[in-house]
Amino acid sequence: MTPFSYARAGDAATATGLGMAEGAKYLGGGTNLVDLMRETIERPDRLVDVTGLSRMIAERDDGSLMIGAAVRNTAVAEHQAVRERYPVLARAILSGASGQIRNMATVGGNILQRTRCAYFYDDAARCNKRVPGAGCDAIDGFNRTHAILGASPACVATHPSDMCVALAALGAVVHLENTAGARTLPLVDLHRLPMGRPEVETLLEPGELITAIELPPLPWAVRSTYRKVRDRASYAFALVSVAAVLDRSGDGMVRDVRLALGGVAHKPWRAFAAEAALRGRPASEACFRAAAEAELADAAPLRDNGFKIELARRTIVAVLNELAGETA
Amino acid sequence: MTTIRDAAQKLMQTAIGLAPERWLPGGTPDPLIGRHGAIGSSVPRIDGPRKVKGEARFAAEVPAGNMVYAALVYSTIARGRIATLDTDATQAVPGVVLVMTYRNAPRMAPPALFMSDPRAAGASSLPVMQDDTIHWNGEPIAVILAETQEQADHAATLVRVTYTKETASTSFDAATAQAHRPDSVLGEPAVIEIGNAEAALAEAAHQIDRTYHTPRHSHAAIEPHAATVWWEADGRLVVHDATQMLNGTRWTLAGIFGLKEEQIRILSPFVGGGFGGKTLWNHQILAIAASRLSGRPVRVSLSREGVFRVSGGRTTTRQRVALGARADGTLSALIHTGIAAMTAYNNCPEQFSFPARHLYAADSFKLEQKVADLDMVANTFMRAPGESIGTFALESAIDELADSMGLDPIELRRRIEPVKDPTSGHAFSARHLLDAYARGAERFGWSARNPTPRARREGEWLIGMGVATATYPYYRMPGGAARITLTREGQARVAMASHEMGMGTATVQVQAAADRLGLPIAHVTFAYGDTALPPGTIAGGSSQTASIAAAVTAASEKLVPALLKLVGNDSPLAGLRAGDVEARDGGLGHRSLPERFESYASILSRANRDEISAEAEAPMPLEVQKYAMHSYGAQFCEVRVNAVTGETRISRFLGSFDAGRVLNPRTAASQFRGGIIMGLGLALTEETLFDARTGRIMNPSLADYHVPVHLDVPQIDVIWTDSPDPHAPLGAHGIGEIGITGVGAAVANAVYNATGRRIRDLPITLDKLL
Ligand SMILES: Cc1cc2nc3c(=O)[nH]c(=O)nc-3n(C[C@H](O)[C@H](O)[C@H](O)COP(=O)(O)OP(=O)(O)OC[C@H]3O[C@@H](n4cnc5c(N)ncnc54)[C@H](O)[C@@H]3O)c2cc1C
Ligand code: SF4
Repeated sequence: MTPFSYARAGDAATATGLGMAEGAKYLGGGTNLVDLMRETIERPDRLVDVTGLSRMIAERDDGSLMIGAAVRNTAVAEHQAVRERYPVLARAILSGASGQIRNMATVGGNILQRTRCAYFYDDAARCNKRVPGAGCDAIDGFNRTHAILGASPACVATHPSDMCVALAALGAVVHLENTAGARTLPLVDLHRLPMGRPEVETLLEPGELITAIELPPLPWAVRSTYRKVRDRASYAFALVSVAAVLDRSGDGMVRDVRLALGGVAHKPWRAFAAEAALRGRPASEACFRAAAEAELADAAPLRDNGFKIELARRTIVAVLNELAGETA
Repeated sequence: MTTIRDAAQKLMQTAIGLAPERWLPGGTPDPLIGRHGAIGSSVPRIDGPRKVKGEARFAAEVPAGNMVYAALVYSTIARGRIATLDTDATQAVPGVVLVMTYRNAPRMAPPALFMSDPRAAGASSLPVMQDDTIHWNGEPIAVILAETQEQADHAATLVRVTYTKETASTSFDAATAQAHRPDSVLGEPAVIEIGNAEAALAEAAHQIDRTYHTPRHSHAAIEPHAATVWWEADGRLVVHDATQMLNGTRWTLAGIFGLKEEQIRILSPFVGGGFGGKTLWNHQILAIAASRLSGRPVRVSLSREGVFRVSGGRTTTRQRVALGARADGTLSALIHTGIAAMTAYNNCPEQFSFPARHLYAADSFKLEQKVADLDMVANTFMRAPGESIGTFALESAIDELADSMGLDPIELRRRIEPVKDPTSGHAFSARHLLDAYARGAERFGWSARNPTPRARREGEWLIGMGVATATYPYYRMPGGAARITLTREGQARVAMASHEMGMGTATVQVQAAADRLGLPIAHVTFAYGDTALPPGTIAGGSSQTASIAAAVTAASEKLVPALLKLVGNDSPLAGLRAGDVEARDGGLGHRSLPERFESYASILSRANRDEISAEAEAPMPLEVQKYAMHSYGAQFCEVRVNAVTGETRISRFLGSFDAGRVLNPRTAASQFRGGIIMGLGLALTEETLFDARTGRIMNPSLADYHVPVHLDVPQIDVIWTDSPDPHAPLGAHGIGEIGITGVGAAVANAVYNATGRRIRDLPITLDKLL
């Protein structure tokens, strides 16, 4: 670990003031950042601890839910409104990491956690994300856990978060702030695809702090779920995951649907194509399959991860079947 | 290798005359076999309370005044030379005390390779940091000592190094083209051929000919490797190590540093899991060298990454099993051949062909092991090396044969049960495999299995059952001595430099010594984990319990005559000889005259002695020369395979073991279960990702190297036949390793029964089942 200074911010203004400095990084629970600092993959000069900020979960009059960026993952998953109104989110969080890590991890940190690509973690390897222009050792190496959608010749890594997949499906909005002011951004737009610049992972401006996420009122999200497929029963990142919210009308048609995939791309992948293929169509297995096909039409396998295409197809269908059965 | 075989042979011959009658082939069994006392009862671990309270000190916790902390820098190429090495920035970090590289490391002899001498403990014979040559990706190239661990770790990241790369052998597939037979496989021939197995196979009515792959595994004991070391002013060396080879480590270090063994003391009272990995690797040697250079005590505690890079694990193999059978299931041919990756500097060919040498009857055999040389960290022993993955291949093939013949796999094994060891021709000392099968089948409900694959389904889950044989040899290591001290208070202290790695060694030895001496267990202590004590044998090959018991028995046999010499004419024991008496009720008594008894306390106080000691070496393990001595088991598994995602979850598991007399059901159950859990990792999740382009291990962390977590492990039922082996001390066999054997095949066979898919390539990950 490279030496750094540490400051604890009491409010957002102090945090963003400190966070604007070159080489500064915000510190949440540290479960990802500190690991990367130990590996010297991250070498911030200054850590601005933001775990003291906005630890509130507030239900607003319009039915939306505001979750402070410093709220711990466990607290989000346990919150009654989350469990009852957005079960997909509670399930996604609880499927991630371990109890201990979720107790430490914050919402802001979870959103901005970095890829688990083994070559990114090992500074003996070539990695465009770590050293722009160096090359990518994953493309011809171990890439069983890598992307099938939206990858580029520069980078084939995935975003590892479970929580973000649920947030993407729910249409969450991220609240941001820096010394220049505050703004909001849909979560699905926050993360970038790698294209030619995998080192730029988000649309965040310098020093921008996540202050909260906002879940829109989505009454039909009570019928939502998350399914994570992984290499062991617990404590493993998703190979493929599916977050889904389904609104089925009485006549068996899909009135509305939200679908997002994890473990398949450089960002939490909102399955817009599948959603479009489903809206107004029968909630049947055949339509679910066609929707999955539509979403995966451009999926491209690497050496080790071709199975993910079939796995994603099957998991999407199974999850939609399950929700359709529930609402029947 | 030949040297060790010859030496062992000579030792055996001279030892024949010294062995006690009852262990000589045909001799009488250990009298304790039939006795019910402390042995056989569920005594809780005596080290438990200290561990729970945090009072048990592990190697990385031993305090030392003025101590510095070590960090290692690992090479990032597999083969070549260091071209430039810049440590200026490292030296400049506050708190840094020493930067050691090949340039300033003291001259050290290469470690003596394990098995090159009975006392050697080196995991590899490569010299340690003696020049600029790189031998594997991850080899330590610098040691940084600093006042704090954080300073050392940071300074280590500032070492700047460039390399001149040389072509390295890092692809197993490529290296197999030059695979060759090793001189021996742990002292056994690399090849055994009986009859013409290929011809018999070709003519057989039923044939199975399959290739199986098993990956690398890394050790993941809860305690990463560590040592705290210092040099005394008089030049003596003290090493607090986490080791399963105390005396071997001392002898080997003496050779490396040019010391006499008496100048070195190794202590290792607690080891947080060994499994074959806690032997002599680079880190201890480097810490000792750096301590000498700096004049300060040094603590080296490997990071998890360090464990993956510096200490090896189970190697990868490609195995062929071919079976030729007649219509009745009996085998005309059994072929088990294959290749394991190894280095040119170690000797661990992963004895995967051993199970096939002893398990089943066949008319002809072809059993052959080869190795392919790679540039990688030396592979090593890992819980049932060979047998764990050898049974995966063999027991999968047996299942394939049974399935192809429409036979129940247990029934097939009944038909090929041998009457004597199929390759050596020796009589079995004790073999109750079919009994273990019968009991296991009954308790597991095997008869409910539908032999047709894919026949049982609950929702998305396909359910299947599988079974496989477990087997592991009985070993007792030569050498080793125990000392028994009896006090006037009627207490006994037993001492031997042996190892407690969490198995319950100390507990079981207290039980055994209590019965041997006729004392309650509360009156017996067992001292271990220190080379200042009489020499122990290695904690490996599941041999330690029997090895210690044999030495304690030998010491007790010296103690009894010494005690009788002390009794005066007034003693009820007056005039009796050792053969007339037995130890009982805290003293000695005539075997058939109850009134002729005197307590130890009385004997010693009458003789005006505070205590009396006897020390003796264990006799040579001649029992294995005459008998085929093995443990067995039947592993039963029920899996659920998700038809949508291919995820495999174990829903039930039962191990039914035939492993001699069980000395302590509580510690035994834990060993069996722990072995099975490790076997589930081998079956489903564990794989060290070795990048064939660079020879680099790409998942050196427990986030990415998947051992089973709680949710992966169902309730595991373990039962045992508890049948004593009349030719083993205490009637017992080692039980540390048998549990992992057969598990891989039991799972794979269950997966086949659930899905109709044969997975011959471990681990059974979901992508292979989609
Ligand atoms: C062994 C292991 C297994 C795991 N398994 C899973 C899993 O299965 N599924 C899963 O989803 N996750 C998993 N995780 C990842 C875990 O969810 C993340 O580490 C965690 O969510 C990060 O949160 P944190 O608060 O600790 O972030 P930190 O480590 O503190 O920070 C992460 C990043 O976010 C930035 N940051 C933090 N807060 C803010 C803020 N308010 N504004 C702007 N930037 C901010 C930091 O600067 C840093 O770049 C696992 C982690 C480990 C170590
Ligand atoms: S996939 Fe991306 S993160 Fe991984 S090595 Fe390539 S560039 Fe780096």
